Amino acid sequence: MNWMRTIFREVFGLFVDDGSFAVLILAWLGLTVFLLPHLAWVPRWRGFILFAGLAAILMASAIRYARKQN
Amino acid sequence: MNRYHVAEFSWPHLNDMNWAHAGPSLLASFLASLVECVEALTVVLAVGSVRGWKNALIGSAAAVGVLLGLIAGLGRALAGVPLPTLQLVVGALLLLFGLRWLRKAILRSAGQIPVHDEEAAFTKNAASMRSLTGVRGFDRVAFATAFQIVMLEGTEVVFIVVAIGAGGVGLWLPASLGAIAALLIVIALGFALHRPLANVPENKLKFIVGVLLSAFGTFWVGEGARFIWPGRDWSILGLVLGYLLVAMATVAICRSNAKGKRSTAATQTAVSQ
Repeated sequence: MNWMRTIFREVFGLFVDDGSFAVLILAWLGLTVFLLPHLAWVPRWRGFILFAGLAAILMASAIRYARKQN
Repeated sequence: MNRYHVAEFSWPHLNDMNWAHAGPSLLASFLASLVECVEALTVVLAVGSVRGWKNALIGSAAAVGVLLGLIAGLGRALAGVPLPTLQLVVGALLLLFGLRWLRKAILRSAGQIPVHDEEAAFTKNAASMRSLTGVRGFDRVAFATAFQIVMLEGTEVVFIVVAIGAGGVGLWLPASLGAIAALLIVIALGFALHRPLANVPENKLKFIVGVLLSAFGTFWVGEGARFIWPGRDWSILGLVLGYLLVAMATVAICRSNAKGKRSTAATQTAVSQ
């Protein structure tokens, strides 16, 4: 069973190394995919909103990490 | 792109290929695979040079065989899944994977975390191989170490090829070609040089791959959720540019934060003296 745990840990590690970063990405995906289609906004903005949220999460996470290090 | 088509595991004609997807797919697959192959090569070289080449090469070849079987098996298994569902799931995984790579590459470029050093990794692995007792005949340590590292780095390549290949119709060919080309180049360089490829700008490659995979992930999640992209398939290039600009701006902010902190600390030290 030890090798199963090792494989699971390695595969999990491909996608997650900072838990809060991964949770924020998934939460944003959930919000945009399930909520945006119900809002009567211009449909053309949905893609941009998806990108802008992910870009903001990336930026905030990297800057927060850098501040902690310094 | 046909939204309701399943991601067929088939090779398209070059004329039928959607180059807005195929070009970035090939590049992302090639660069990501190159980085992973270089990392695996370092350990295989350490094993081979200390414990002998035969078992190191057999271990590596066995792992490559398992990985090729995994790609073919996953490709076939995913062929029946409707494309929108596949794009949502694969897009989300690609985003987790790509944004993690990009975040790490940003922090490395800003000097916040150390850059991967192939020479140091080679020295460390060679020393650890020397510390283990030698054997005659079949060397299980050499076989297992080479097998393990090729499987480990190769799993990432398999994920990238499968994620890129399954995300759209006709993308298996560029995704697979990119990975095969990277593997062949690294094998050829490894045979020719017999030392780690320390001059490969690994972090720059990871930065570019992170940008490409994040752009693909975002586009496919949007496609899966039936968002309308301005410019349709070509908006993927806009996403690449967008992530690139955001990543470069983040590097600049992280660097200036670090500089600001250092100059404040220097001023405080000077005042206290």
